[in-house]
Amino acid sequence: MQMTLPMRWKAKMKHIISLLMENEAGALSRVAGLFSARAYNIESLTVAPTEDATLSRMTIVTSGSDEVIEQIIKQLNKLIDVVKVLDLNDGRYIERELMLVKVKAAGALREEMKRISDIFRGRIIDVADGSYTIELTGSGSKLDAFLEALDKTVILETVRTGASGIGRGDRILKV
Amino acid sequence: MDDSNQQKVGQISGAEIIMRCLQEENVKFVFGYPGGAVLHIYDALFKQNHFKHILVRHEQAAVHAADAFSRATGEVGVALVTSGPGATNAVTGIATAYMDSIPLVVISGQVPTSAIGMDAFQEVDMVGVTRPCVKHNFLIKDVRDIAITIKKAFYIAASGRPGPVVVDIPKDITAEFAEYDYPKTIEMRSYTPVTKGHSGQIKKAVKILLEAKRPMIYTGGGLVLGDASNELVKLARTLGYPVTNTLMGLGGYPATDKQYLGMLGMHGTYEANNAMQDCDVLIAVGARFDDRVIGNPDHFLSVPRTIIHIDVDPSSISKRVKVDVPIVGHVQSVLAEMNEILAAETNKPDAAALKSWWAKIDGWRGKKSASYDGSSTSIIKPQYVIEKLCEVTKGDAFVTSDVGQHQMWAAQYYKFDKPRRWINSGGLGTMGVGLPYAMGCQLAYPDAQVACVTGEGSIQMNIQELSTCQQFHLPIKVILLNNRYLGMVRQWQEFFYENRYSESYMDSLPDFVKLAESYGHVGMNIEKPADVEGALQDAFAMKDKFVFMNFLTDKKENVFPMVPNGKGISEMILGSDTNANDAADEMEG
Repeated sequence: MQMTLPMRWKAKMKHIISLLMENEAGALSRVAGLFSARAYNIESLTVAPTEDATLSRMTIVTSGSDEVIEQIIKQLNKLIDVVKVLDLNDGRYIERELMLVKVKAAGALREEMKRISDIFRGRIIDVADGSYTIELTGSGSKLDAFLEALDKTVILETVRTGASGIGRGDRILKV
Repeated sequence: MDDSNQQKVGQISGAEIIMRCLQEENVKFVFGYPGGAVLHIYDALFKQNHFKHILVRHEQAAVHAADAFSRATGEVGVALVTSGPGATNAVTGIATAYMDSIPLVVISGQVPTSAIGMDAFQEVDMVGVTRPCVKHNFLIKDVRDIAITIKKAFYIAASGRPGPVVVDIPKDITAEFAEYDYPKTIEMRSYTPVTKGHSGQIKKAVKILLEAKRPMIYTGGGLVLGDASNELVKLARTLGYPVTNTLMGLGGYPATDKQYLGMLGMHGTYEANNAMQDCDVLIAVGARFDDRVIGNPDHFLSVPRTIIHIDVDPSSISKRVKVDVPIVGHVQSVLAEMNEILAAETNKPDAAALKSWWAKIDGWRGKKSASYDGSSTSIIKPQYVIEKLCEVTKGDAFVTSDVGQHQMWAAQYYKFDKPRRWINSGGLGTMGVGLPYAMGCQLAYPDAQVACVTGEGSIQMNIQELSTCQQFHLPIKVILLNNRYLGMVRQWQEFFYENRYSESYMDSLPDFVKLAESYGHVGMNIEKPADVEGALQDAFAMKDKFVFMNFLTDKKENVFPMVPNGKGISEMILGSDTNANDAADEMEG
């Protein structure tokens, strides 16, 4: 019952929040606007229509104390366009993110890049004179680890989709 | 593109559909201002006689007046504005209603569909501009969607935690034709507000209440909006527990009742704030523990107490203060259920504990924190004006206020025994609401006494509405507490900025009497304490006249008690402190 620190300053934890919302114009801006208006963090946000074209599914990676996360979930539920919200961290879940990395691949680097890519189960999807483009999927931390394994000077360009998440087994987010 | 711009049998125009929808919703007044993008709508409006259009002099006032109509009646307020500047002028009104959870439907015109995004004349992205200050908003893109969208707008505005809804309608849509079909009911899979509270939680709450040694009931604007005043009175009387109301909740519990401790918060009474801090069981009903109410949350939570919180909005619960027993539901139904449980209950409150709790409260009451030095015969004290206003109107007027010192004095010294009588901007704190708020109340209740308590700063923010009041013969009484200062700013500058009165002096004031008279109203200057009561009686005797009363009040008067920003609610400066200003300086240091 007693609290000594303001909620926002308490230990922050990363959370992956999945939500279903009406696939309507402006729905995305309502979610993004909510996060900026209330000073919540967004690490990444992905959205696309589901198999039911009237619904979009969004995955938001955010961080905050338990109290802040509770508020985020409540505030998301309060948005009129939002149909359902699930904090994936409440149970077991799978997180996947796609990354494309263009790396220098000339001379000796050509073999080394192929080897590192293989170690991380990446795929080389474009081969040019001096570069490879590597496709990699996995959790955010795996993608981070891959980037760390590379010498910074060989990275020409990276693009990441942001995380998508889904509950394991019987945990289903559906209308 | 379909052929909806060709009228077929059974079809009516988009503008006519809007009129039919408003008729279906039993709208009595539409507050608005015409312009290019809403010309079709105004043409349809010209041809109907189901509701009355109130032409304001600025769109901000249209939304405020619709807002006050809703606060006074409980119905949804409706405003109609044109695109671009008409729409942006409405935004302050919309944000004001949003912060206080007032149900409104604001219809704004938009440039024609084909011109959207072209930086057209009088174009603004109204849906984008209002997104952070509405409960929801819509941009209608097809004439066939008008009826269902307006139905949704009224439903969303009024249900759950109420709030304003904006419906933005491009001009071409209002000229196209479609069949009219207004849905009787509406269901939205993404919006299903809770109504009944959880029975298990309610039972648990009653048990905790009965075991309390030092109980406290704290109610807010949600109780008033939820029309749960009767249920609260029953609960409080059954238990015999003390009650405090927030600024937004005044009138939720009768102010003249002996269990009432007065308002709490930054300018709350000594007894209410101390009882809040010292209680062992607190039940919060339709209130949200905001910064002006509980002060510093860390200080508030530095003593243990069990908190029960009833609110229709789950996100209001455990937002600033972690609560022990959350109950999400309509305050009226939850309180009614509590009363039922109590009626069947054999356990009674602990009489001995309650007796000593009341003794402690009476000790705090003995401080008489809500008092002032009324000994001067030459200078009018603003508090005295409010006391006399309360007497002359028998405590039964609709009192609107603007924002500042006068607002706090009105809240402290007018005794509200009924809900929906005190109409003010608590959340956003919008200067300029007072006069349009009075318009909304007077239109809702033409025979009622309506007083607008204001300051010379606030009144000038929507002074143009004197013209609207003339046009619609609104016999409002303006109670201007004129101290020639932006008083609340001056008070903070005095306490916390070593008397550097930066831009808080109101120079070059108009002759308010002549100004009122130029609109055909009655103006009065009142300069002596002895004249206050007589002037008020004269003014309220003029039942068909708008009377502008300019009371020249004490320039130096401050609002007490006061909890300085960032302090705990029991750390108050009282007016009786030998030198209240020094006390304020010290606390700030």
